[in-house]
Amino acid sequence: MLDPGVVVANLEFLLLQGLVGVGAFTGGTLRLAVPAIGLGFLLGVLVGLARLARAPWLHGPATLYVEFFRGVPLVMVIFWFWLVLPQLLRRPLPEYGVALAAFVVFEAAYFGEIVRAGVQAVPRGQVEAARALGLGTAATLRHVVLPQALRHMAPSLVTQAIVLFKDTSLASIIGYVDLTKAAQIVNQREIRPFELYLFIAVVYWLCTYSLARLARRLETRLSPA
Amino acid sequence: MSLRLDWSVLWSGQTGGWLLQGLLVTLELSALGWALALALGTLAGALRTLERAPLRAVAAAYVEFFRNVPLLVWMFFWYFGVPPFLPETVRRWLFAHGAEFWAAAVALGVYHGARMAEVIRSGIRAIPRTQFEAAAALGLSTAQVYRLVIVPVALRLIVPPGTSEALNLLKNSSVALTISVAELTFQTRQIETYTARALEALTAGTLIYLGLCLGVSRLMAAVERRVAIPGLIARAGLEAG
Repeated sequence: MLDPGVVVANLEFLLLQGLVGVGAFTGGTLRLAVPAIGLGFLLGVLVGLARLARAPWLHGPATLYVEFFRGVPLVMVIFWFWLVLPQLLRRPLPEYGVALAAFVVFEAAYFGEIVRAGVQAVPRGQVEAARALGLGTAATLRHVVLPQALRHMAPSLVTQAIVLFKDTSLASIIGYVDLTKAAQIVNQREIRPFELYLFIAVVYWLCTYSLARLARRLETRLSPA
Repeated sequence: MSLRLDWSVLWSGQTGGWLLQGLLVTLELSALGWALALALGTLAGALRTLERAPLRAVAAAYVEFFRNVPLLVWMFFWYFGVPPFLPETVRRWLFAHGAEFWAAAVALGVYHGARMAEVIRSGIRAIPRTQFEAAAALGLSTAQVYRLVIVPVALRLIVPPGTSEALNLLKNSSVALTISVAELTFQTRQIETYTARALEALTAGTLIYLGLCLGVSRLMAAVERRVAIPGLIARAGLEAG
């Protein structure tokens, strides 16, 4: 009853178009996930640092930002960017830009919490010592606090990157041709849902599991002695 | 930029009813998914702490495979992929009784069960070894040790990370819209389609989710206070899966 041939026949479309993003459609899981993880982390650093700031005009909005996005489903956020943003800007927006923006903004709330926890795990004495050496606020952050915090954060950051990688499958809802959408397209023609969805499950699993192993290695290598 | 808002679309005509129905379906779906996730998670989490290697391996395979694949893929898999392999009578019953709802509940339950297993495993690990030994010394079998002593204690320890997982499940139930389950996000989208009032419709849906999440975390904070084990601060050290 099972027919692995359907996967073999469509392998090129699934992997090149769906996973990598080379092909006739705007798509690609990796083409979306990689920049989303990078930019989401950068925005997350800003959000996390703002959460730790003493100034209420920084601390307040950052807290609201985190609490808001952590209380709303990602699907809803994608719809905000897809349906409301074009109305506000009065022009149509491309799926890729919409998906990337939605993921960056949404995941930055989660990355921000990881950054905050990482910074809070750095001993106070480090900041005092840096100050005593005459470093300013920015230099203290850049040269003393963030490098150490990054060590604490590394495993959680990879875990969050895995979550984001899986979440990119939701971009298929707005028609972005990622791995999930590619399988849907093939399935419309072949009607072999069991084989096709199981196959992309394995592809996703190979990607996320290797990332998870990386996280475990980082945990043992970077754990402060 | 002049954007005229018309909030009355949220209660004029059928839309108010749609939102309410969507809310109810989201709650039903989440409750059913959560019951399944808790049962599977407890079973797999407990199996992963056993001495016997084959049982541990089965549970580990379940956890590692199911939680590392996107929920959306599982939705499609359970809804489109599995039914053709079911017996004719079962399939007919399912498609006459909202197959998409059951598929979504199974997808949510199996996916979050794998995630809950990690939470429960860390809870069991936080229980002192002496509890296992004391229970065994009373003459309980391994199954009894887990059922009567270890699991009840572990479930009380994992309330905070369990709550955040329950909230994840509640939010993730929105993915069910992809297989046409008429839950809250689906209904929000439907109002947008019918009224072309995206901002008003999404505001309503978003506020309901925020309210739900706030309500559940309030409720669970109360539960946590009630079931906290006196004299333990171990729960602070637990990590979420």
